Amino acid sequence: MKTFYWLVKREFWEHKGGFFWAPVVTGIVFLVLNAMGIILGEVFGRRSNWGGFKYNGDLHFQGSNISPQDLHNAGAGIDIMLYAIAGIILAVTAIVVFFYCLGALYDDRRDRSVLFWKSLPLSDTSTVLSKVASAILLAPAIAVVVGVIVGLALAILVAIVATMHGIGVWSLLMEAHPFRVVLNLVLLIPLYAIWALPTIGWLLLCSSWARGKPFLWAIALPVGAGVIVSWFGLMGMAGQPSGWFWKNVVGRMLGSLIPGGWVGNASPLVVPSRDDPAAVLEALDLSYHYSALASPSLWIGAAAGVAMIAGAIWFRRWRDDS
Amino acid sequence: MTAVVTATGLTKRYKSSLALDGATFQIGSGRIVGLIGPNGAGKTTALKAILGLTTFDGQLNVLGLDPRKDRDKLMEQVCFIADVAVLPRWLKVRDAVDFVANTHPRFDRAKCDAFLARTKLQPGQKVKQLSKGMIVQLHLALVMSIDARLLVLDEPTLGLDILYRKQFYQSLLEDYFDEEKTILVTTHQVEEIEHILTDLMFIRDGKIVLDTDMDSLGERFAEVLVGAEFAAAARELKPLDERQVFGKSIFLFDNVSRPQLEQLGEVRRPSIGDLFVATMKGTYA
Repeated sequence: MKTFYWLVKREFWEHKGGFFWAPVVTGIVFLVLNAMGIILGEVFGRRSNWGGFKYNGDLHFQGSNISPQDLHNAGAGIDIMLYAIAGIILAVTAIVVFFYCLGALYDDRRDRSVLFWKSLPLSDTSTVLSKVASAILLAPAIAVVVGVIVGLALAILVAIVATMHGIGVWSLLMEAHPFRVVLNLVLLIPLYAIWALPTIGWLLLCSSWARGKPFLWAIALPVGAGVIVSWFGLMGMAGQPSGWFWKNVVGRMLGSLIPGGWVGNASPLVVPSRDDPAAVLEALDLSYHYSALASPSLWIGAAAGVAMIAGAIWFRRWRDDS
Repeated sequence: MTAVVTATGLTKRYKSSLALDGATFQIGSGRIVGLIGPNGAGKTTALKAILGLTTFDGQLNVLGLDPRKDRDKLMEQVCFIADVAVLPRWLKVRDAVDFVANTHPRFDRAKCDAFLARTKLQPGQKVKQLSKGMIVQLHLALVMSIDARLLVLDEPTLGLDILYRKQFYQSLLEDYFDEEKTILVTTHQVEEIEHILTDLMFIRDGKIVLDTDMDSLGERFAEVLVGAEFAAAARELKPLDERQVFGKSIFLFDNVSRPQLEQLGEVRRPSIGDLFVATMKGTYA
């Protein structure tokens, strides 16, 4: 266990730029863009003498008479904003993880430092699994934390501006539930991990197997297979429409890192009125997300992912080219 | 002598070529063995087989284990330095020590810190900021702090200047080697390790063509400086090799009695380099 901790730590050392700085910088850029937007709004607002202050549509104030129900909804609105911002950061992390997996078992073979790691008493199984854990647990966890911090910073920024306009929104902020948001997102990471397994497995397999250009192999093989299937489909020889193949094979092999990708496989979403953010949040609660556990795509994909990770471990052990 | 490595009929076939062709050898405990061969003779493949990095046919026993099956366990007892600059470029000196200290059960951190204190390495430096020589110093400090029974070195001083090269072998001898440990080294710079070796193996086309300890090497092989008048007589004795220097001939003999040679001229112990050249004649032809 101690060894595994250090193996994951090693991944973090090597990929601090991707795992930590990429989400942080994205967050900062996001905050700066928003601040610029707000300033722009202030300047235009002053010129054209608009009465109120508008932000994003999430928070919508025209006056200062706020009922308790509105207050509750505003809190939910801020929660939604937190989720959305965490989603943006998670999307960035997903891209980072995609390329991380492609390089994870390839880069050290290319620069031959694999020989150093292999000179230590580390099993190839724990090495590969530490990379899996970094990709599906560590990286998303960092993204969630950074995402919520950025969201809160943005909320505070908006609150300050609102205060300058004489609108006391600090009480609104108190209505938000940042800890619940973090908790919910953290509780979604296991689902994300299971869902992402086929992509992680496929990329790691390419990374451990390819003698060169793992990116090309990883993309070309599934897409090429999809093209061939479509071609047979066009000739009317396949029973299934080729769209099924693209969505469930190619899409799952390459696209399962997209945050919330399971939503199409969860139980049908009953979307309440958009004017009721609290109800939207309720409809999107954990039990909704975890209803995706009932979908075969999730489990078949996970099984395929585990098999491909096993393949990656085998190649890690026996690939002899450094 | 307890054997650390026992190889019998070690064979490795790559797609088009035979890298190891039934190599058979034994390495005893407490020895420093040089595995010397021309490029492509199978040195690195042999080392890889010993380290469990490649598949092979034949039998191989390293410290009582099969490197194919028990690699993870084997690596607690075996260290290796592949060649220079295989430490990952992003690794910091401090992190390298931390990592090995926490993952290797036989690593002695105090020893490592003492070795590093003798160098100019700074804890916060990354490998990519270090010169080749400093990277080797770091790697050597890590490896020498591990209480392993077998140390495998594959061209460890390639591309280093002479100061680092000398220091490398000197550290190994003074601070690391003892009768409990065994060192297996391959290198092209034979003359540098000549005086530290206890055993010598030549490998050619995947076969071990010479396997001897250094003491019997001096008894078995002799180099004779022969004047022109005795050259014909010397050739009668079937020398391994003959070369000309300042009008005289230098002959290399294998297993010819000493008194007989002394009649021909001045007898010397041949250098490994000369022996190597003579043994490997025609390799690239």
